[in-house]
Amino acid sequence: MLQKRVIVCLDVKDGKTTKGVRFKGNVEVGDPVEMAEEYYRQGVDELVFYDITASHERRGIMLDVVRRVAEKIFIPFAVGGGIASLEDIRAVILAGAEKVSVNSQAVKNPEIIRQGAELFGNQCVVLGMDAARDAGMPSGYRVYINGGRTSTKLDALEWAQQAVELGAGEVVVNSIDADGTREGYEIPLTRLLSTSLEVPVVASGGAGSSRHLIEVLSEGKADAALIASMVHIQGYTINGIKSDLSKAGIPVRID
Amino acid sequence: MKRVGVVDYDAGNLTSVKTALKFLEAEYIVSSRTEELDETELLIFPGVGEARTAMQNLRSRGLDHFIRDYFQSGRQMLGICLGSQIVLSKSEEHRTECLDIVPGTARRFSRTSGLKVPHMGWNQVYPLRTSALFNDIPAGTSFYFVHSYYPDPKTETAILASAEYGITFTSALQLDNLHAVQFHPEKSGKWGLKLLQNFLNF
Repeated sequence: MLQKRVIVCLDVKDGKTTKGVRFKGNVEVGDPVEMAEEYYRQGVDELVFYDITASHERRGIMLDVVRRVAEKIFIPFAVGGGIASLEDIRAVILAGAEKVSVNSQAVKNPEIIRQGAELFGNQCVVLGMDAARDAGMPSGYRVYINGGRTSTKLDALEWAQQAVELGAGEVVVNSIDADGTREGYEIPLTRLLSTSLEVPVVASGGAGSSRHLIEVLSEGKADAALIASMVHIQGYTINGIKSDLSKAGIPVRID
Repeated sequence: MKRVGVVDYDAGNLTSVKTALKFLEAEYIVSSRTEELDETELLIFPGVGEARTAMQNLRSRGLDHFIRDYFQSGRQMLGICLGSQIVLSKSEEHRTECLDIVPGTARRFSRTSGLKVPHMGWNQVYPLRTSALFNDIPAGTSFYFVHSYYPDPKTETAILASAEYGITFTSALQLDNLHAVQFHPEKSGKWGLKLLQNFLNF
């Protein structure tokens, strides 16, 4: 049967992996290629490399990191952060990434989703979305851009639906409220999106223990759970987390 | 080691197939030219995207006849993802006439079961018989899939392996010297690499 995926996100700033709390105070924690190799050995299902400086400093994309990862890691991985044009998408995919994650730039220019999907297929374009609770919005969640610093007028569910219509093959929903807290994913947001969209939904933000992944993959109906500090900082291993998930009855890939 | 030809027909990105072959130290060429590809002993035809465009691209380069001839020559060949669908007679995707090497149809997963389409992620593959392609790979090993259509060969003997996604579908097929897998071995970790190595050893 189809298994629930555990995805590790590596936030990359100036070529180093970082993990910040609520998008601030990033701490340098390691080399992204070495870390990717280690998680690959531990059985991670997928990786996301997110260039966290790109959206506001307009840095180029870390194509060198992408190429080095592609030579060593034979699982799908996505690259996000500052993907602003079809040329950015093409460069990242041809360097060896399976998917690109578009976020702020897709809000500013939704056509990039359609163009990317037409060129490389829907499976290649992932909508990354930062959302925070907002009782004034129809779904109860508002979309933020620029690393969570800028609010938009968009409702989280409506934007995700629009992105899927444009051709996004997957949606990663990051809760700004939960991100970095290690207190658990935003379950209602994840479930709302996963039950409303016809494409896979990846939950992001708030993971601090295996229990949180179990919750979001069962109650939250997520197809995949994204983690970062649990493995970068807290000392969890992918094998350990997957063993916990498996014991809880969540179908996961264990080789 | 045998020389491998990778068919380039603008059906998606070949980078991951190339890096996997490089990692396995295979001697390979990537080409859309039939005369170059004909000098190889093994043929891989990958592909993602849409069946109609893929078939148009193959026809415009004369690669449709070439792939059929390669099959007739008895040399070993491996289709990947869309490559496992276009070897069939036809695809439901835009009612496309395909290569017709293996009788059958590529069918779309039904959304009625509440399942998400595309079928994306790691799923367990169960070979129905022993095969050199799955040599030393345990039954139930997970491979990475991403597709909305799946191969449905007419004869059961062409089904090499199955997988479950709402229904039981064909995840690998074989007819004589043709093998094809719906999943992406080049993205399926150590077992995917093992499968590719098994093919290189043919």
